[in-house]
Amino acid sequence: MIKIQNLHASVEGKEILRGLDLEIKAGEIHAIMGPNGSGKSTLASVLAGREDYEITEGSVEFDGQDLLDMDTEERAREGLFLAFQYPVEIPGVSNINFLRTALNEKREYLGQEAMSAKDFMAMVREKSALVELDPKLASRSVNEGFSGGEKKRNEIFQMAMLEPKLAILDETDSGLDIDALRIVANGVNTLKSKDNATIVITHYQRLLDYIVPDYVHVLFDGKIVKTGPKELALELEEKGYDWIKEELAQ
Amino acid sequence: MVNHFLFDIMPNYTEDDLAKDLEKKEYKFGFTTNIESDRAPKGLNEDIIRFISAKKNEPEWLLEYRLNAFKVWSEMTEPEWAHITYEKPDFQDITYYAAPKQTKKYESWDDVDPEMKETMAKLGISLEEQKRLTGVAVDFVMDSVSVATSFKEKLKELGIIFCSFSEAVQDYPELVREHMGTVVPTTDNFYAALNSAVFTDGSFCYIPKGVRCPMELSTYFRINEAGTGQFERTLVVADEGAYVSYLEGCTAPQRDEHQLHAAVVELIAKDNAEIKYSTVQNWYPGDEEGKGGVYNFVTKRGICGTNSKISWTQVETGSAITWKYPSCILKGDNSIGEFYSVAVTNNMQQADTGTKMIHLGKNTKSTIISKGISGGKSHNSYRGLVQIHKSAENARNFSQCDSLLMTDTSGAHTFPYIECKNSSAKIEHEATTSKIGEDQIFYCKQRGISEEKAIGLIVNGYCKEVLNQLPMEFAVEAQKLLSISLEGSVG
Repeated sequence: MIKIQNLHASVEGKEILRGLDLEIKAGEIHAIMGPNGSGKSTLASVLAGREDYEITEGSVEFDGQDLLDMDTEERAREGLFLAFQYPVEIPGVSNINFLRTALNEKREYLGQEAMSAKDFMAMVREKSALVELDPKLASRSVNEGFSGGEKKRNEIFQMAMLEPKLAILDETDSGLDIDALRIVANGVNTLKSKDNATIVITHYQRLLDYIVPDYVHVLFDGKIVKTGPKELALELEEKGYDWIKEELAQ
Repeated sequence: MVNHFLFDIMPNYTEDDLAKDLEKKEYKFGFTTNIESDRAPKGLNEDIIRFISAKKNEPEWLLEYRLNAFKVWSEMTEPEWAHITYEKPDFQDITYYAAPKQTKKYESWDDVDPEMKETMAKLGISLEEQKRLTGVAVDFVMDSVSVATSFKEKLKELGIIFCSFSEAVQDYPELVREHMGTVVPTTDNFYAALNSAVFTDGSFCYIPKGVRCPMELSTYFRINEAGTGQFERTLVVADEGAYVSYLEGCTAPQRDEHQLHAAVVELIAKDNAEIKYSTVQNWYPGDEEGKGGVYNFVTKRGICGTNSKISWTQVETGSAITWKYPSCILKGDNSIGEFYSVAVTNNMQQADTGTKMIHLGKNTKSTIISKGISGGKSHNSYRGLVQIHKSAENARNFSQCDSLLMTDTSGAHTFPYIECKNSSAKIEHEATTSKIGEDQIFYCKQRGISEEKAIGLIVNGYCKEVLNQLPMEFAVEAQKLLSISLEGSVG
């Protein structure tokens, strides 16, 4: 699905990613954990194509194509989805209108016909139920006046609508109470299939109780320094990151 | 001026690509229709005015009205208080009358010149489509003479008069004489005086007592002759208890020289009447250096009787210079005035626009919602006056002026004037300036939406409060226009 090799990325001349390697196959869920400032969110931004970052070295292959050669919107249409840590508000633009535009842009790109209003609304009903999102929120302006939990659920709702190949959840658990966390995780698990993959970026092991990863990676100082099974997350939760730093120092 | 305060907001937002490409945006509707016309010689004097009046076979009183206006105008000087800079037009270098040669008016749509139909098709507003889809009656004005009027018969049954101004002068001289110049007197301002002297055509609309006009009345204006200024005159009268929604849309072909446009619009809403007046304006704004483009100096004003309401909605995307303040005189008790405006400026465009709400009656209410969008090196100013007279017990005003900056070379300015002479008044004013958010654009793009569409979405969302005021089919056109105006604004 995605193959990242020796990825180096800087922002304002400061190198954040320093030779990151990661390979994810279809059907897998990978968790990326790591201390503050290790480069987790940078990785998400770089993969999504945020322009503030300069790629200085390395390659990313996404579904057989050179990801770094694609525009942000092209990556999205090819099936890369980023659930934002801080979803953006767009006043005056209804969620429905926003999603319909997004969906039809993607369909046009893939040479498919635009979806009829009827089919679209049926899909909205089905997918909003998945994350227990009040259908009323669907007709409100994008994220405007949404609570923190509603914003995150809206991200997963959008993900459900756009059916990405690769979803990156950037700290989706931050600011969620336990019920919202369960709902979000339930959505992600329901959407999981043998054809798609998920990267879960998180600070806390808590989310991984609900979304069970196939692999856990530790990101430190811009590199993946340790990879293990889901139990690694528990170990990190218990012992923190210092022991990894010590291991590295040796 | 009392309570005069002003704040000048200079932009702090940089998005170089956006700026660069905004400047390159080309005018979509740049084309000319080649129809022979007979025209007055250039220049302005009493003889020219007599020529126009004779051409239009006008009654003596109207000629007198024109000559008097000319006298008034000759003694006036061009106003300089607006936040705009431009080369003043040479009023002796303008042709004040031009008309297509055909003398015969079209009875049926089939008779209309195919070239003219093509022009309308390019504008995306073909009559046929409008008739079929929307039931809008269109009075199409091309170079000062009305060439196609539809739905007239149907309206006639209800006693509604909707025709060109010239026709009204011929067919309903008393109605015209009674109301013309009562809201915007000849002496009002420089451009209004000029218009009163030389206006060639425009629209007239009268809704009789208690009649609710069942369809949107729409007029499309278009400047078409090289070097011809258009001086329209519009008069809308809603008699007691009547209602009308009136639409006006404009686009003009590309030109090298500046074109002067000085229209006068008068709205009269008698007791318990309501007039909703909507405009979409897209005249040629000039090229990247600001060369060419229409100078738009318009006087629009309405007067409200008791319990009546006038609502102005405007979407302004064109013109090199826009100088325009659709206003309401709230004379009757409990009357309501509204102003909803979106003004987009790009390249070297300058807009100084806003409204005046004059509260005279008791319990009068006014609402002002203004949205300015500035790109390129353009300047966009809101200038508004809220005036509460002594007699206006319990007057209320709410004003909201928002500015959106697309580049760091553009400017947004707000000049709100408030004059209050009655202590029971309640006046609220809110103003914001924001920049188009990189985060918002990135968010849209991450969902697969192209940057251009993203900007369209964001801008339309920003203007929603105003666009919502437009009749549905017009709102769609306005949204399209906003997107066209900002097309290629990103790279």
